[in-house]
Amino acid sequence: MSEVQRPLPRPTEATEGYWRAAAESRLVVQGCRACGHRQFYPRNLCLQCQSGQIDWTEVSGLGKVYTFTVNHRAPNAYFKARLPYVVAVVELDEGSRVMANILNAAPEAVGIGKRVRVVFEKVSDEITLPQFELVE
Amino acid sequence: MTTNLSRSIAIVGAAESDLGKVPGKTALELQAQAARLALDDAGLSLRDVDAIFAHTEDRFATVQLAEYLGIQPKYVDSSNVGGMSNLMHVRHAMAAIAAGMCSVALVTYGSTQLSDGSRKSGAVAADSPESPRGQFVTPYGQMSPIGYYAMVAQLHMHRYGTTPKDLAEVAVAARKWAQLNPKAYRREETSIEEVMASPVIASPLRTRDCCLVTDGGGALIITSAERARDLKSKPVYVMGAAETFSHHYTPLSTADWLDTRVAETADEALRMAGVTRADIDVVQIYDHFTIGVIQALEELGFCKRGEGGAFVADGALGPGGRFPINTSGGGLSYGHPGMFGMFVLIEAVRQLRGECGARQLPKADVALCHAPGLVFSCNTTMILGV
Repeated sequence: MSEVQRPLPRPTEATEGYWRAAAESRLVVQGCRACGHRQFYPRNLCLQCQSGQIDWTEVSGLGKVYTFTVNHRAPNAYFKARLPYVVAVVELDEGSRVMANILNAAPEAVGIGKRVRVVFEKVSDEITLPQFELVE
Repeated sequence: MTTNLSRSIAIVGAAESDLGKVPGKTALELQAQAARLALDDAGLSLRDVDAIFAHTEDRFATVQLAEYLGIQPKYVDSSNVGGMSNLMHVRHAMAAIAAGMCSVALVTYGSTQLSDGSRKSGAVAADSPESPRGQFVTPYGQMSPIGYYAMVAQLHMHRYGTTPKDLAEVAVAARKWAQLNPKAYRREETSIEEVMASPVIASPLRTRDCCLVTDGGGALIITSAERARDLKSKPVYVMGAAETFSHHYTPLSTADWLDTRVAETADEALRMAGVTRADIDVVQIYDHFTIGVIQALEELGFCKRGEGGAFVADGALGPGGRFPINTSGGGLSYGHPGMFGMFVLIEAVRQLRGECGARQLPKADVALCHAPGLVFSCNTTMILGV
């Protein structure tokens, strides 16, 4: 029996640049060409000035845990096989917040305010997920 | 300039259907049952209803219900923004009635989520993989809605020192009210220790920090204040109401997850009603999770930010407590068929009419009802009065 598939994103025209960068082990957010506003998640307009001219800007991949939870129950079979696991909201040093798992750490080591850095988890031929690990 | 519609409409009928585990009935049948009882309560008939506000799993709930009830409304609204939708429907009915677009509105909700087993995983259906949630949340296994409120609880504990015992106080107070409500689903004895020993689902939230999953339906009948005066029930006037909205399931731009536009919503509702927090006798807050009640009490302004834990201590929210709220037993112990906003309103109506028997509050002239939708995504505050 084949293993249950992780729920995967399906990139769109507006987001494929993000997922392409992740596949190249780079974390990017959007930066507006007109006003410089940075935003995540990627959209087809700038939330600050409504410009449609938006570039990708690479960020450091460093940040801290804004908040998190340790799941002891899972929304589907894929995650059920991985309990317990951490879901965190990471605040990047550049300001944007992203959701991710905290990998390579015992759940009890994770805490609000702890420093983290991006790591890249290849989950299919097409998709690599930006994830985070603790910076010790 | 907006017109102040304070006291322009009244809730004249309120009823729940069978509640708890109700095998053999559909959500539609529960809605119809509740609608019949609410109309009886108001002394009105189906022939009087010319507007339907409803949401069920069926995308076309309003016209399905119209067909089932054999009525032909001229105004319907099935907007769904999660658990506060029912309060929003009442506010929308207020606008429609004031504009002369309808005169008697049926607001209803029903679900069979317990019998269906649709909430067994604690997760509501995911969105498509190309949606923002499907791309940036779902791949990480976030449980919804509990994962979000677990993150809120984690933040609250970190910032303010709130404890699991504080959370448990909310669950135990709800149970003590449920023990006074013959219609409540869970009425057996419980304790702080028992709640704190229940299994963790998403840390720090445990099973007993979460609302129940039950079947059930409810209905409200709304009409103009003028018409309400001639009906058999004691009118419960909508004195004030406000809504705010901010996100779906991807609240990555919400600056502070402990400041979710609740204060702004409550301020506007109170201003419309012309009352202050000190005038409120009855408080009904959608208790999806124990932390949600603590957060709401702070954001609503009933206690200072960060003091919610101390505020709910020593049985404060329960019968005879310093700040009795959620007198039905709430989503935590009375029942929770989803969209508990309906039942928040039904209980407030009953308190204001003085129909609550053993759980009746001594003074009940003005009620504040508050419900969020989705994951602190939106809010409605409604002030009701007699």
